[in-house]
Amino acid sequence: MLAAAASAAETLDEAIVTLKKVGHQAAGNRAAVGAWKVVAESDVEQLPTLLAALDDAGPLAANYLRSAVDAVAERALAQGQKLPQNQLERFILDTKHGPLSRRLAYDWLAKVDATAAARMIPGFLNDPSLELRRDAVARLTSEGRQLIGRGDSKDSAPKQPAGTQPQLAQGIAELRTAFEAARDLDQIAELDKELTGLKQEVDLPRHFGFVTTWRVVGPFDNRNGIGFDAIYPPEQSVDFAARYPGKAASVAWQTYTTSDRQGKVDLNVALGKEMGCVAYAAAEFCSPGRQEVDLRLACACATKLWLNGKLIDRHQIYHTGATIDQYQSRGTLEPGRNLILLKVCQNEQTQSWAQDWEFQFRVCDSVGTAIHSSRRNEK
Amino acid sequence: MKSNQVSMRRIACLTGCLSAVVAFAGADWAEFRGPRGSSIAQQSHPPVEWDAASGLNVAWKAALPGRGRSGPIVVGRRVFITASGGEPENRLYVVCIAADSGRQLWQREFRATGRTQCHPSSAVAAPTPASDGQHVFAFYSSNDVACLDLDGNLIWYRGLAYDYPDAGNDVGMSSSPVVSGASVIVQIEGQGDSFVAALDRATGETRWRLERPRVRGAWSSPTIAAGQDRKEVLVVQDPEGCTGYDPATGKRLWTYDRTCDDIPSPLAIDDKVFVPSEGLTALKRPATSANAEVLWQSSKLAVGNGSPVVSGDRVFALNRASALTCGSTTDGEVLWRLRLTGRFWTTPLLAGGHLYCINQEGLTSVVRVDGDKGEVVAKNKLGEMVYASPAAAGDAIYFRSDQHLWKIAGTAGP
Repeated sequence: MLAAAASAAETLDEAIVTLKKVGHQAAGNRAAVGAWKVVAESDVEQLPTLLAALDDAGPLAANYLRSAVDAVAERALAQGQKLPQNQLERFILDTKHGPLSRRLAYDWLAKVDATAAARMIPGFLNDPSLELRRDAVARLTSEGRQLIGRGDSKDSAPKQPAGTQPQLAQGIAELRTAFEAARDLDQIAELDKELTGLKQEVDLPRHFGFVTTWRVVGPFDNRNGIGFDAIYPPEQSVDFAARYPGKAASVAWQTYTTSDRQGKVDLNVALGKEMGCVAYAAAEFCSPGRQEVDLRLACACATKLWLNGKLIDRHQIYHTGATIDQYQSRGTLEPGRNLILLKVCQNEQTQSWAQDWEFQFRVCDSVGTAIHSSRRNEK
Repeated sequence: MKSNQVSMRRIACLTGCLSAVVAFAGADWAEFRGPRGSSIAQQSHPPVEWDAASGLNVAWKAALPGRGRSGPIVVGRRVFITASGGEPENRLYVVCIAADSGRQLWQREFRATGRTQCHPSSAVAAPTPASDGQHVFAFYSSNDVACLDLDGNLIWYRGLAYDYPDAGNDVGMSSSPVVSGASVIVQIEGQGDSFVAALDRATGETRWRLERPRVRGAWSSPTIAAGQDRKEVLVVQDPEGCTGYDPATGKRLWTYDRTCDDIPSPLAIDDKVFVPSEGLTALKRPATSANAEVLWQSSKLAVGNGSPVVSGDRVFALNRASALTCGSTTDGEVLWRLRLTGRFWTTPLLAGGHLYCINQEGLTSVVRVDGDKGEVVAKNKLGEMVYASPAAAGDAIYFRSDQHLWKIAGTAGP
């Protein structure tokens, strides 16, 4: 009722512009009610236009546009109309379009074209769209499994390969290629398990881009939670030669390299078991040029993260989980040496599951491809 | 400027219309735990027996696009369900299915704008959607809220973690929304941004927002009580207590400040509130601003993950040890107890004199509860894992397993 009335004079282009203006705190929501209706009532031939509108839409606007695309395509199929398959395919293959819009176009094409998957998926192995890449990795993994005689069950435990030697070699090569292309965590874990079971070497930390060598210092005081807001000396200046007054004694920086395959830095090991405390971990990261990167952290404790002295992330949350890539922030690496500083606060919970005082940190691009310091494992 | 004024008048008109719509058909199951969170289908008489393997009384089984812990809701002849999928579970779905046939009428997909981490036992589609009879309000662990009309037209979308990035819980959120007056109300509590927010049903704009305690975890859902003066009261529970608010303004009305459970939800019946706290606590809601009066407490009526169910002068509580206990709502005295099997994440559903208790393995114990003692009259298998509380409408009961929505009704034979 409202939507139809409000949208009467709005053209499709105007409606798209209106939807792109939705933002924080429901900004633009009122105007978007009618605009969505205009977009959703578009002719099916307009699908490429609607999909292209997704390319530069914010996350909220993208949800308005995505659902409008679904409404247009769903209605067209219900009315016996055909989707513009050729245009959709061209759209998907054009990597200038955004990953979400290309995937959405693919989803609809695949619904009406049973051959689309076989024709297109193999070409997505290194696609900038993680979701298209995911399908290609899954397909190659399946093929690799078939070649080594493992069938297609990812749940079965690794067992002695049953294929011929050439098939085995080809299967391993395909699994290796799939692993190198994989960015989704579950696929990486699955292929790591598969390759390791085949006695293949897998450098998991390198694939993820975990930072494994750190300078660490602590403990500082976090009894009664005072440490999160406290500004201890490493926050003012990082001097690896300095000594600081710690929680109970003088403390100094020490180098710690983790050998954990998941890149976890266990501060209970590096600094000794402690509760109600703060540690700082610093890493020097060399970049060949200026580049925007993802800084991805997992930690069950409260954290603050600085890049080159600038605070870029903070979470005052304790022991609710620590899955890989839990906290993702963007930062800019400058040419040469960059300083990553992490503050990790442990509280005083007594439960057995609240004793973890560790973190996992990686640097990667926006799709999760590892970015390594140009001088790896530097001391 | 003029067009803005016109739009504002239209929205105001729509808001007025919506207020009238809230009193939707009584046979609907339009929110988590059904009418006012009672988990009672007054007019329903679903089958007592069914079997997935033989098809006995399985009217239909519909595949879902993703996983979920959210329960179905039923509005008129349509069933709505949410689901989540993809990697890292950032695809959010709303699905509408014809109650008569199980045919999918429409599906909408969104992408999460907040965190999607959650414990493997949960899902991003954990909260059950709510409806005002004209719209569906889909809420997710990522703190995204989508409002669609019953035909799948998007009315508005909010990303509450987009607005409050620290809102969330890496175990996963599961609190379901409730509808009151012109608002749909959500409870978001954790160690980060914690609040209860009333979003305008017509626009999604925030009508009011209350800061709440930052707690280790809170998965309870708010509920609406009809007050002594017929005004609705919003009841919100977290580990630090239970509070009654005016749902129109967010003004605090009364408080119960003892420790409460963090998963089950409160239940408001007439002037009483049954709070999962120190076992089960029955409160009398004060007529004026004050602390709520404790009528009784009973450790023997503790609930597990599901919430209490009250019918007449009886309260039913299913605890973590799978014991179903019936007590008196007058004084908390235990009347009978039955041992069921399995682990339960769901709230039992009462219909036709039977309590339907479905465990995690998809086994439903149907317990006759209208006599002096409870009696298990049937045990029925779905054969799939179930974490979502069921819904009932007409003479059917709807279960949501991880990948399917099931309609159990007495018309389909093996």
